[in-house]
Amino acid sequence: MYRYDQYDQQMVDARVEEFRDQARRRLEGKLTEDQFKPLRLMNGLYLQLHAYMLRVAVPYGTLNSLQIRALADIAEKYDRGYGHFTTRQNIQYNWIKLEDVADILADLAKVEMHAIQTSGNCIRNISSDHFAGAAADEVTDPRPYAELLRQWSSFHPEFSYLPRKFKIAVIASDTDRAAMRLHDIGIQIVERDGALGAAFYVGGGMGRTPMVAPCINPFVPLDQLITYAEACLRVYNRHGRRDNKYKARIKILVHEMGAEEYTRQVEEEFAHLLEQGVEPPFAELERIRTFFADPPFDAGADVALDRSDPDFALWVDRNTVAHKADGYVSAVISLKPVGGIPGDATAEQMRLMGDLAKEYSFDELRVMHTQNIVLPHVRKADLHAVWTALDGAGLGSPNLDTVEDIIACPGLDYCSLANARSIPVAQRISERFAANGKTAELGQLKVKISGCINACGHHHAGHIGILGVDRKGVENYQLSLGGSEAEDVSLAKITGPGFDEAGIVDAVETAADVYLRERQDGERFLDTYRRIGMTPFKEALYG
Amino acid sequence: MRILTGNDLKTGAVIWWTGSDWSLHVADAVDVTGREDELARVEEAERRVNVPYAIDAEMHEGQPRPAHIKDRIRALGPTVRQDLTLKPADPDIRNWVI
Repeated sequence: MYRYDQYDQQMVDARVEEFRDQARRRLEGKLTEDQFKPLRLMNGLYLQLHAYMLRVAVPYGTLNSLQIRALADIAEKYDRGYGHFTTRQNIQYNWIKLEDVADILADLAKVEMHAIQTSGNCIRNISSDHFAGAAADEVTDPRPYAELLRQWSSFHPEFSYLPRKFKIAVIASDTDRAAMRLHDIGIQIVERDGALGAAFYVGGGMGRTPMVAPCINPFVPLDQLITYAEACLRVYNRHGRRDNKYKARIKILVHEMGAEEYTRQVEEEFAHLLEQGVEPPFAELERIRTFFADPPFDAGADVALDRSDPDFALWVDRNTVAHKADGYVSAVISLKPVGGIPGDATAEQMRLMGDLAKEYSFDELRVMHTQNIVLPHVRKADLHAVWTALDGAGLGSPNLDTVEDIIACPGLDYCSLANARSIPVAQRISERFAANGKTAELGQLKVKISGCINACGHHHAGHIGILGVDRKGVENYQLSLGGSEAEDVSLAKITGPGFDEAGIVDAVETAADVYLRERQDGERFLDTYRRIGMTPFKEALYG
Repeated sequence: MRILTGNDLKTGAVIWWTGSDWSLHVADAVDVTGREDELARVEEAERRVNVPYAIDAEMHEGQPRPAHIKDRIRALGPTVRQDLTLKPADPDIRNWVI
């Protein structure tokens, strides 16, 4: 994985000291909250429902054991013993004290981490495929390109005050595991006639106005990647609305201007920028690539697996994914125990995951946007030892992509923007299906829950989506069906009137039962919904 | 009734105006109807509170109870981690919040 050079380290260290001075001045009363707020947000520090919240960037979701141990230490030393992995492949701490933040940032800097650009109207953490470098179906590892974009976008002076926040995802396979087309810019590295290039999708997103990004250029040569991204941002920065935050995202600009006209202006700006020479030297990309070379896989790794333990076999079937190297798999660590809080991990669990990464996965972990963790390169021969350790620590739930593997934002339990609680709904749904035994029969069923219209819980992209709203001071939950964040991307549609907290759990089971009744061979919930439409579900839900 | 709340500047903890000081416990809050803007201005200027604002509340069993669920969760702590709330051992606290 990428290691900081002297410039990276100097930038991060300097920011720590800058923030230390800003926090000191705030505590001494030399800065007002109005003056301090934009400064703290630039360093990922929010004021949430119960306390300050610090969001730490995990670039394209990649961590090593040293880093996750540092995250565990921070949870224990400065927070309440746990952290929350987010749908942007980051981690958040919910109980931070302002007087500790500079020390936390210094601890992060020691392991090449920071909280820069995890808030504010700038380019946020670049996200990517959590199986990058391991997946058998990728044309190349997308992370060097994500890293190049990270370096380009960090402290970019022209893009530090955009009309609104800006999210970029990079993938390199036809299978989309990063919700690529629901980003402001989605980039897919593709192969054409033996050469690699980047397909640009611009103007997607969730939030109050969900949109699927159209492709504006199917093949940008990779030695023009940054120049093209810069052109996309420039046109947005020039024309994006600053008078209304609800219409300020690039998706609104692309929609209102029209994809064709937006593309024309991007191409015009791109031609201009090519003359300016803004592209980093190709040698820099080559330097970055060296950090992402394959680890020394064992060519003789045993491909056989002892499946005599049924619990282990179930976990293997559900939570491991094919790897490009024979004898290896990617293993998904579920942070979704039945009745648990999606995405939460204790300090002890983080340390265990770090230990397992060090011993069994070439010192690598990945954070998934679905709030789970990946050990990307595990020998099949080591899987039982890995599973045994995980299971003993409450991390062995065999539920990847099932109805129990629910995305949920922090919701009203933690978030000052939320209108309703998300986590308890996720807990009750996972408990219901664990108890009724339908999880296995349902197969792939992605449930996603947001506590407000900002859609941090990706409810628009759920096979079953749930949005919490405030109805005259009472929590109410809208049910949606038919969304997908994958390569078959679609936006979920609302079924009808909402439900109370108990009713929404019943409603999810009712929708699942319609699927079980109507499905044809091999169909997932999403396939059945797309074939039969909304009507049978509405009839079952509302009579 | 109106009660005044905000966050402690150093720790970020939720605090409530008691009439003479700030408390972690909403039960200590007093009615500030008509005085909320002035109190908030003075207390924020003295850095005894961060981002103060007033909310609606009602008396419930002799103590102030915020009118909106968001403020009740804020007053107590997350409903999904009772161990992290101000009343980790109270079996009836969910009824107060919800």
